[in-house]
Amino acid sequence: MSVEIIASKCTGCEACIPACPYNAIEIRDGVAYLLDSCVFCGACAKECPSGAIVVSDLGPDLGPSSKPSEDGRSEAHDGHGDGVWVFVEQRNGKPAGVVYELLGEGAKLASDLGEDLCAVLLGYNVQHAAEEMLKYGASRVYLVDDPALESFQDEPYAQVISELAEEYRPSVFLFGATTIGRSLAPRVAAMLKTGLTADCTKLAIDKETRLLLQTRPAFGGNIMATIVCRKKRPQMATVRPKVMKAAQRDQARTGEIVKLSREIIAPRARLLETYPIPGQHVNIQEADIIVSGGRGIGCPGNFALLEELAELLGGAVGASRAAVDAGWIPYAHQVGQTGKTVRPKLYIACGISGAVQHLAGMSSSDVIVAINKDPNAPIFCIATYGIIGDVLEIVPALISELKAGGH
Amino acid sequence: MNVVVLIKQVPETTDVKIDRKTNTLVREGVSSIVNPFDMYALEQALRIRDQHGGKVTCISMGPPQAEAALRETLALGADEAILLSDQAFRGSDTLATSYTLAKAISKLSEFDIVICGKQAIDGDTAQVGPGVAEHLDIPHITYVSKVEEISDGHIRVRRMSEESYDVIMSPLPVLITVLKEIGEPRMPSIKGTLRARKARITVWTASDLEVDDEMVGLSGSPTQVVEIFSPEIRPGGEIIEGDSAQEKARNLLIRLKEDHLL
Repeated sequence: MSVEIIASKCTGCEACIPACPYNAIEIRDGVAYLLDSCVFCGACAKECPSGAIVVSDLGPDLGPSSKPSEDGRSEAHDGHGDGVWVFVEQRNGKPAGVVYELLGEGAKLASDLGEDLCAVLLGYNVQHAAEEMLKYGASRVYLVDDPALESFQDEPYAQVISELAEEYRPSVFLFGATTIGRSLAPRVAAMLKTGLTADCTKLAIDKETRLLLQTRPAFGGNIMATIVCRKKRPQMATVRPKVMKAAQRDQARTGEIVKLSREIIAPRARLLETYPIPGQHVNIQEADIIVSGGRGIGCPGNFALLEELAELLGGAVGASRAAVDAGWIPYAHQVGQTGKTVRPKLYIACGISGAVQHLAGMSSSDVIVAINKDPNAPIFCIATYGIIGDVLEIVPALISELKAGGH
Repeated sequence: MNVVVLIKQVPETTDVKIDRKTNTLVREGVSSIVNPFDMYALEQALRIRDQHGGKVTCISMGPPQAEAALRETLALGADEAILLSDQAFRGSDTLATSYTLAKAISKLSEFDIVICGKQAIDGDTAQVGPGVAEHLDIPHITYVSKVEEISDGHIRVRRMSEESYDVIMSPLPVLITVLKEIGEPRMPSIKGTLRARKARITVWTASDLEVDDEMVGLSGSPTQVVEIFSPEIRPGGEIIEGDSAQEKARNLLIRLKEDHLL
């Protein structure tokens, strides 16, 4: 896609300037000018009242002039195999939750493309996990079982995965947007010199071009962007956990396990040890219910109340930046732009006013409950249910109601 | 210890809002800031220099305006700032950006550690750091929450993952991306601010970097944005009423039960 400004039509009205999410337009000599930071997204063209901004290759079918199918196929289907691949992130042989979601979503994409869904599993003594992947819908598992791959380390994993991708040529390759996935996938993409889209929340196949349409939030969730990778393969994406529907296990499913061995390079950056984060009992990104506290809870001791409520609900405790910066609770609990992005089924914000930076980390939760004294707190704008009142009265009331039962 | 910090100038995210009536993007003002995570990266770099000596070089790729972001890093104590700016870089995705930044880093006479923020708050991709490391053929460690030790040509850091801390050791040179947990960025000094105002910022263009034209800008970018739109607005909420805290709590739990959340 490209964006061009027709100088003769531009009136210098500046309507395009606030429309640009990247601050990439300025007026020079009365005419709009695109700066180096332009990513050619075309957002400006929609706002131009005089038709002076021309976007080519934009449209629901990704444009007639781009000829993506010809170009795409020449590299994508160059006589090698294909398939939709899912990276099986695992710790101690146990696949991460997001893997099942990738298999669920990957199955749909594979079916739309008429290709196979394959899982790629690296580890040591993980044969059982490979068999499980078949039950969850993979028709083939590429398994590299080697002591050198026992724990995740960027370099050997990136090396083996990029070798497999070069050999088998998948058309789509999905990773979880986890710590591991977001560290590994960009290294692999740079090795393969292909495109990678981060933290996708929606994937689809364009029927005509067979391209993967990768939709993701940017600007802390304030805008959504759909991205394609036209010519390079595989089309790589990391996928935000807890967004896609997980595949269901089916005992009757069978498939093929392709065992491979590879010469594995010794990593330069080596993992020495791993230990649990002190004070963190539940990973908030995996929790279905989060009870989160902000400065409005008054003092650090009151987090005990939130912990009690979270425990009764079977959830985890989160926090706003204000509470973390005040030293009331460790950083691992922070939700928001500079903390973690969460998407639980239920998010209970206690004494959190709802700064944009906080909303960026939790606004896609299924149900949001806001408890706040201030009826004008911005958190109420996005809350499914709001209670105007003192957190220190409402939370104990919730606790006693839950303890009394009947709920 | 020669430390390179990669800096991105970003629009201040709070300026990006959705007009709820028209469902379009509204930007009030167009202020730009240094990506907040890059401030932690710079802070870490300055601490390493303070402890081990050496030099901190900040590199940014962007339009001429991004010079302002680099001046800010000089005010905080960076020794040198380099801006990569060329029309040829326009439309770069994370692959082209990481290639271009890697070309700039390898043009420096020597470097021991490259530090990036966890991610930029406009794109939120977190992809450029590992990409740069691969182009430079050096190891990378993401999500670093603490630099534990630097000695004998090695660095030992603590990486924060979902459920654990991982202790990782790497020989130098290495690239790390850092979290807020690294520590609060310092404030600019008056002397630093004055120096920054007068400092000359080196600008390198595509030809200075001897880049392959096919690897930068639009032609070096496999991914393209085909559409930008506003997210669905959450439907308006309901205020739970009640005469007492107890009653409000009870009414909320009834709602949550109806939604099958309890």
